[in-house]
Amino acid sequence: MAGPTPYMALAFILFVIGATGLLTRRNALIMFMSVELMLNAVNLTFVAAGRAIGNFTGQISVFFVLVVAAAEVVVGLAIIVAVFQKRNSASVDELSEMKG
Amino acid sequence: MDLLLDNLWLIIALPLAGAIALHFAGRFLPEPLPGLAAAGAIGLAFVIAVIAFVPLATGDAEPRTLMLWEWMPGLGAAFEIRWDQLSALMTLIITGVGTLIHIYSVGYMHGDPRFSRFFTYLNLFAASMLTLVLASNFAMMFVGWELVGLCSYLLISFWFTRPSAAAAGKKAFVVNRIGDFAFIVGLMLIFSQFGSLSMSETVLNHPGEVISPSMATAIAILFLIGAAGKSAQIPLYVWLPDAMEGPTPVSALIHAATMVTAGVYLIARNAAIFELSPVALPIVATVGAATALVAALIAIGQNDIKKVLAYSTVSQLGYMFLAVGSAGYVAGVFHLMTHAFFKALLFLGAGSVIHGMHEEQDMRKMGGLRKAMPITHATMLVATLAIAGIFPFAGFFSKDEILAAVFANGGYYFVLWGVGLFTAFLTAFYMTRQYIMVFWGTPRWVEGLKPHESSLWMTLPLMVLAVLSAGAGFLNAPQLLTLEHYLDPVFEALHPAHLESELPRLLGMDGLALGLALVSLAVALTGIGTALYVYARSSERFREWFANATRRPMAASENAFWVDKFYGKTIVLPGKKLAQGMASFDASFVDGTVNNVAGAVKRIGMALKPLQTGYVRSYGAGFVAGVIGLVIFFLTRGGV
Amino acid sequence: MDFPMLSLLILVPVIAAAAVMLLPKERTELHLPVALVLSLLPVGLGGVLFARFESVVGFQFVEQAPLIERWGISWHVGIDGVALPLILLTTILIPISIAASTSIAKNAQLFLAMVLMLEAGLIGVFSALDLIVFFVFFEAILIPMYFIIGIWGSENRIYAAIKFFLYTAFGSALMLVGIIALSVMQQNKTGVSSFDYTVLLGLEISPAAQAWLFAVFGIAFAIKVPMFPFHTWLPDAHVQAPTAGSVLLAGVMLKLGTYGFLRFNLPLFPDAAVRFAPVVATLAVIGIVYGAAVAIVQTDLKKLVAYSSVSHLGFIMLGIVAFTQNGLDGGVIQMVNHGLTTGALFLLVGMLYERRHTKLIADFGGLQKAMPIFAGVFLFSTFASIGLPGLNGFVGEFLVLIGSYATLPGFAIVATAGVVLAAVYLLWAYERVFTGVADKPENQDVPDLNLRETLIFVPIIALILLLGLYPKVLLNRIEPSTAGIIDRIEATTDYVEPTFVIGEPSE
Repeated sequence: MAGPTPYMALAFILFVIGATGLLTRRNALIMFMSVELMLNAVNLTFVAAGRAIGNFTGQISVFFVLVVAAAEVVVGLAIIVAVFQKRNSASVDELSEMKG
Repeated sequence: MDLLLDNLWLIIALPLAGAIALHFAGRFLPEPLPGLAAAGAIGLAFVIAVIAFVPLATGDAEPRTLMLWEWMPGLGAAFEIRWDQLSALMTLIITGVGTLIHIYSVGYMHGDPRFSRFFTYLNLFAASMLTLVLASNFAMMFVGWELVGLCSYLLISFWFTRPSAAAAGKKAFVVNRIGDFAFIVGLMLIFSQFGSLSMSETVLNHPGEVISPSMATAIAILFLIGAAGKSAQIPLYVWLPDAMEGPTPVSALIHAATMVTAGVYLIARNAAIFELSPVALPIVATVGAATALVAALIAIGQNDIKKVLAYSTVSQLGYMFLAVGSAGYVAGVFHLMTHAFFKALLFLGAGSVIHGMHEEQDMRKMGGLRKAMPITHATMLVATLAIAGIFPFAGFFSKDEILAAVFANGGYYFVLWGVGLFTAFLTAFYMTRQYIMVFWGTPRWVEGLKPHESSLWMTLPLMVLAVLSAGAGFLNAPQLLTLEHYLDPVFEALHPAHLESELPRLLGMDGLALGLALVSLAVALTGIGTALYVYARSSERFREWFANATRRPMAASENAFWVDKFYGKTIVLPGKKLAQGMASFDASFVDGTVNNVAGAVKRIGMALKPLQTGYVRSYGAGFVAGVIGLVIFFLTRGGV
Repeated sequence: MDFPMLSLLILVPVIAAAAVMLLPKERTELHLPVALVLSLLPVGLGGVLFARFESVVGFQFVEQAPLIERWGISWHVGIDGVALPLILLTTILIPISIAASTSIAKNAQLFLAMVLMLEAGLIGVFSALDLIVFFVFFEAILIPMYFIIGIWGSENRIYAAIKFFLYTAFGSALMLVGIIALSVMQQNKTGVSSFDYTVLLGLEISPAAQAWLFAVFGIAFAIKVPMFPFHTWLPDAHVQAPTAGSVLLAGVMLKLGTYGFLRFNLPLFPDAAVRFAPVVATLAVIGIVYGAAVAIVQTDLKKLVAYSSVSHLGFIMLGIVAFTQNGLDGGVIQMVNHGLTTGALFLLVGMLYERRHTKLIADFGGLQKAMPIFAGVFLFSTFASIGLPGLNGFVGEFLVLIGSYATLPGFAIVATAGVVLAAVYLLWAYERVFTGVADKPENQDVPDLNLRETLIFVPIIALILLLGLYPKVLLNRIEPSTAGIIDRIEATTDYVEPTFVIGEPSE
């Protein structure tokens, strides 16, 4: 059985992909998926680290993250759909009302 | 008897009740009922005062205090009446003259739309003035002191639609307030020294054992300034001439007979303090003499019948200050009393003239009224002789006693005596001038004017006052000294520190006293004679020459030496400018700083605003950069 | 424990506010009468307080119930002779303000509820004996007042409301730091955190810490008073606020500052209080003269009265930092006096505005002819404000002046000048507004006070006379508490109140 290192590496790669996607894409849906990717990358580190240390705290944290992610999806998707219906576009650059 | 003495509060309560009743019910009563009610209230107070006065005068009763209710216990201040020889005498003058003036006013104010309101104020004034003189402590005295100022304000600006009347009322109150400032500070000193404001615990209870002479000087000077405000002395006299904007009975009651004498009363009441100080009395005397002289000089050039009397009042008040400043307290109080009679008479007579001349006040448009108004003329003549100091009228005795008291001090006081004598000459001169301009010569009336004698409402008080002006002098005539003995309990314990002259003993010798009296009589006669010659008996050519020769001094006199203008330029205007400056300082600097702080916060916010691009991406980039930064930070520090 | 009078007194206005809001919105004719009647309940309760109040040292009608025990926060209320007059003043001024608010057209229901909520907050703040409870009430009253100015004010209301809110909130933020610091000190000393005023009184604080705490509490209260130079929010707030807002702002809310000084700064930090007294007195005296001088040249009648408040509040502060029996008594009674007289003046200016839609002095003139009763009431209030003896203003001012002369003679003398200036600005304003000939046609037939308006002034005038002639009704109740404050200062510092033995020389 290998140590946590490969899992960590994979998680790092996933996280960077997610972050890059979040920063470069304009479509809210894709950005949303990127966020999910990042969350799951973190989940992976939790599980891996928990396994390596030998307690369940990491795995429990994953459940919390999953629940939060699910809740986020519910709200987030609803917002995206609503925005899309209203503007006929899901590009976040058009949503810059908060510009100072 | 005891029942009455225990209920002396009625003296104040009666006019006060009158004022309250008239305030609410007065306008439902037809003329002249409000006036009669008011006169009745104060008349009843007079009757009570007389009954309570008799045992005091005969020595059957002791002075007493009568507690009404507690006010500010921490200051030893209560509503408490002090009934002694001095306050009783003042009460008699106030209620007596007051009643006459109330009756007179029924006629004078006939037809005024605010008839009952006038009597409300008049009654309120009487109550306030009685509070002032009957107070047993300084705080209650200050109540009266200020309330008379209030009534003065209300009555001067009684015809409020006249801007000059409203301004005069305000001026009177504000100038008085300057005096009050000093009075209050004086009270602070008294309290800080004695721990009480009750008179019987302070000034009337051997104050010399408590306070030092320098403290006594400070208190005395402050009281003098307070008194100068109320009694129109230099430098605070300027409000009194303006106060003539009020109805004439007001001028007679408040600005001649009663309120303006409060300052004299204050000094007489606190004589013990003044005498502790080595310099206070000479200062009082000097202020008095200077005021007497200056006001008399101004009176000569006045053409308004009431203005002459106003400056004359200022001058005579100066005389009273001169008297108390020479430790001649009885003389001062005596003159206060006689002055109340003849000056009230002069004002009421002037009011009768003004009434008869249909509101004309300019003496240059009068003349020859002797026949048209015989009663007014006769009574005014008595008053003129009385104020001029002609034997045997009242003014002769009181003025003579003042001059004797001044003379008795010797030294520096000889100068003041000279000033007093010269003022007596001027007084006789300008009063005669007024008398001639109003009653003698040919009529210079406005076309179509038909002067008439006033109604009995007005002439009856004139006649009573004329009798008093003629005869009251004998109350303290040199061989009788009734008043002197009566007031002895109040003043006899006083021995002025500075008075070490041998003269009082000398004055006991009839020769010197008689000589002084003859001198002042001669001076008065000279004054009358000069005025008679200048204004009535001389040739047309002389009069023209005289008018030319005296044009400039007369102009200065007529304009009251431009003192008002001077005050306006040196105090009022700079004061306003200063206030204006403060207001703009407030708006620009104080508030400006506040707004600038708020503005600075806003500007910082504006500077940071561009950071909020509104693009999720840029926020995300910032976020990631932050994470990376933190990671690097922790890694380089070698662990979390 | 006795019947919870104070909690009830705080609760009743809240219930009243709710009741007013529950009225049907369209029955506008009901709103004001209901609010008025309900606001009379606290007056009755206040009367009970007054009658059952005993003239002794210490707090009465005390209630205590734990709120957050861990931090030592409890619902602790009680009143002494300093708080009682202010609570009574509050209960009296609220119905008066409501009765004077008939001209509020826009959403009067909400307005009345706000006024009633304000009352609850004010009574709460004067009776709180727990610093957190005090702070909560202190902040809570900003909210209704903010809306009263911001919604029902005149043209520049938003600016004034925000300025008022931010300025006072800035001060209370400082105070919060001080409050927390106090409880931390208590915890460090005893191991138990507490925000209880009576507990914190037992805390011994080093002089250096006292200085800082005095400063943070002092600034918070100085802004509220307001003392020079923190006063500029006041004219703005007054000019913009509706009449009821001005009355309550000047009448009661300003007293929070002076009350705070008396309740917290003096007893909790006696050492700093004695040391800083000259500083506070300097600012107070500057306020007296400066406020009066600035009032002289104001062109807006309401602003004039606002600046006169700055001047009058200076007297109160001077009396408080004099640390003498007369000074403190005068200060407390002057708080009530100022509430009554300035309240009356603001009511009058408001009524004048309702009639003429202007507050500029230059727009008036000769009004006395058309409105004699109005002019009479105005003159009466003016003289009460000037400090005419026999009326209430004099008692307070005079006690303050005499009381402060004993310890701060120079300040007292300068302050006396304020007495002269008050006559100048008020009488000059009266002259320009009421006397002379009404040369502007719109000034010739201004309606006089109607019955409702006259009735509003009856209680005020009665109280002005009562307190002027027989102030003992309050002084009796105030004195033990103020004496207690002085005793405390004497016990903890080397300050000694000057005393007299009548008839013997003083040192």
